[in-house]
Amino acid sequence: MQKRFVSIWFRQLLADWQVIRRPELAEVPFVFAAPDHGSMMITAVSPFASNFGVETGMRAADAKAICPGLEVLDDKPGRPRNLLGGLGEWCVRYSPIVAIDEFGMDGLLLDVSGCAHLWGGEREYIKEIVSRLKGKGYTVRLAIADTPGTAWAVSHYGKITPLIPSGEEVNAILNLVPDALRLEESVLAKLRKLGFYQIKNFIRMPRSVLRRRFGEDFLLRLAQAVGTEAEILTPLQVPVIFSERLACLEPIKTKVGIEIAITKMLENLCRRMQVEGKGLRSGTLTGYRIDGKIVQVMIGTSGATHSVSHLLKLFELKIDQIRPGLGIELFVLDAPKVDDVEIPQEQMWTSTPGLDDKSVMRLLDRVAGKVGLQVINRFLPATRYWPERAVLRASSVNEKPMSTWRVDRPRPTELLQKPAPIEVMALIPDHPPKFFIYKGVRHLVAKADGPERIEREWWLDQGEHRDYYQVEDEQGGRYWLFRSGHYGGEEKYQWFIHGFFA
Amino acid sequence: MDTKKEIVQKLQQDILLWQGFKPKSACKTERIGLGEIEDSFPGGAFPKKAIHEFITVFPEQSAASDGFIAGLLSALMENGAACIWISTSRRLFPASLGLFNVEPERIIFMDVESEKDVLWIAEEALKCEGLAAVVAELNNISLIESRRLQLAVETSGVTGFILRKDENKKTSTVATARWKISPLPSDTEDGMPGLGFPRWQVELLKVRNGNPGNFVVEWAGDKFEEIKRMETHTIWSDQEGRQIG
Repeated sequence: MQKRFVSIWFRQLLADWQVIRRPELAEVPFVFAAPDHGSMMITAVSPFASNFGVETGMRAADAKAICPGLEVLDDKPGRPRNLLGGLGEWCVRYSPIVAIDEFGMDGLLLDVSGCAHLWGGEREYIKEIVSRLKGKGYTVRLAIADTPGTAWAVSHYGKITPLIPSGEEVNAILNLVPDALRLEESVLAKLRKLGFYQIKNFIRMPRSVLRRRFGEDFLLRLAQAVGTEAEILTPLQVPVIFSERLACLEPIKTKVGIEIAITKMLENLCRRMQVEGKGLRSGTLTGYRIDGKIVQVMIGTSGATHSVSHLLKLFELKIDQIRPGLGIELFVLDAPKVDDVEIPQEQMWTSTPGLDDKSVMRLLDRVAGKVGLQVINRFLPATRYWPERAVLRASSVNEKPMSTWRVDRPRPTELLQKPAPIEVMALIPDHPPKFFIYKGVRHLVAKADGPERIEREWWLDQGEHRDYYQVEDEQGGRYWLFRSGHYGGEEKYQWFIHGFFA
Repeated sequence: MDTKKEIVQKLQQDILLWQGFKPKSACKTERIGLGEIEDSFPGGAFPKKAIHEFITVFPEQSAASDGFIAGLLSALMENGAACIWISTSRRLFPASLGLFNVEPERIIFMDVESEKDVLWIAEEALKCEGLAAVVAELNNISLIESRRLQLAVETSGVTGFILRKDENKKTSTVATARWKISPLPSDTEDGMPGLGFPRWQVELLKVRNGNPGNFVVEWAGDKFEEIKRMETHTIWSDQEGRQIG
């Protein structure tokens, strides 16, 4: 389908907005000014003031001199963006994809592909938008074309018609000034100096020549206007494709009622997702209460799914968090994140169960929903000797280990979070201790293995190496002890217990 | 007389059936390599569809229980199934499980804050048929809670292990077996220096429809091995009055 775009240019965005807020200013010349390099510079001019020759970029003091009675208002940075954001959200009624014009920061770009016929054609469509905005108090210029670039150019500089038929982009911009291409001021100055006053003067020139003179950005803007390069708009509101609404005749305030509502919406949503081969990754249930408040719960899944029973179970865990108050009159179920569902081939015999087993995935989703995702840990081997860093937390259930688990060195079944200091008695330096005292109990060492020296990772932290010994006391308890540092070294050495062997 | 014996045997079988035990015809194939210990269980094989309770008092015992469970897991997880290990204060070091033929990356650890969450996850996990086993480190469990876990196990067939680290809170549970694993001095070949294979005293304190017993086993690299010639030690039980911590 041919894409169509509308560009809305608010000619005096700030001035119009101020007049709407304070109607008494309609008959008074006023400007907006912001401090710049120690003096107040004018950033926006009302139409009444511009009749006196006041322009943006003047000093406020100079403007006051040529226009007596000029009112100077403070401008705040970011105000145009806020205003355009609000207007853009209002414009969602005309098209789901509305973007702020980032170049001029004084207009909106709408992707209206397949929208105009709902208002009876493009002419009526544009007329409707212009008259509605005029009714609000904004002076706007509109243009509709196949590309955002041409729509922008025609809305700002076009003189003949705002309706550019499909495929007529090049003809429409031929007679316009180069400013219509949304170019940098330096490039425009260069163009003017070379005598290119209209786009038709240079549009047929070889690309290599243009690139050398004016840069890659110039070519991109030209290509975006004529449609050889696609321009992607960043919509203000990302439309949620999978969404269900359920309006209730009577406000709902019981748990059972909410459950029924969720089931109904899930059934519709899952049927639609199943047809398109999609599955839910995250879902949001929004309840609009009759007292105007909004309640929201969210769920997430570890793998795309469109199973009603599973999703219902995840929502059931959250129902207690919904405060219905006096009652909920509208439920909206959104699936902001969906993924393709992998439909495994039907197996002839039951497969070997594993981590990616469907029931395990569902269990993890439920735990993540009830207790939190942070409690689920899975560990992979890290290629490091330092015991505290020997395991690596896996980022997902399906992550495969990069290396194998080493079994050639003894590692304790239980590792203490922090090594605990012990008192030892060793007969000979660098030999395992004869006995050690841990938590007031004396353990006589009967058998021992070691030492295994583990050096500290000096690029990460400073300190002494560790000499690990595997010892067994007379009763059979097996321990992992280490001495931090050398015997009789400059630093003081200390013995620790770091774990228990099975 | 012969007929009377048969009748008694028949009745015993019936009682077992009513209590949720399926008759096992091919005992040998169902065994998981625990040797003589498995004869203590009804049907002569380690019950997989059951809750096993492990009592530990000292950290040495809890390490030994971890090792013993890891050895059991290596058999239970043979078909590639996953395991879930739930705990509030986990000390198990995943890198050590390789010694017991368990792939640590197939174990999902749930490190939660309260025992309530442990119980909830344990029950949900025991209902999940895709798992091989669930290990829950719990101190407090009431009779009703344990019964809920047992019911979950009976339908799903997942083996449940409960590791209780505080023996003072003795409560009766419906666990199929209650174990106590204590470390024993290891033995090296021909008196070589160093440590041998981990050796444990396995006390089966309670077995439903079976016979409690006392055994000595060793984890011989890749399987359990029974030690017959050892005289029974009771040193760990003697120590129970001792001050810890």
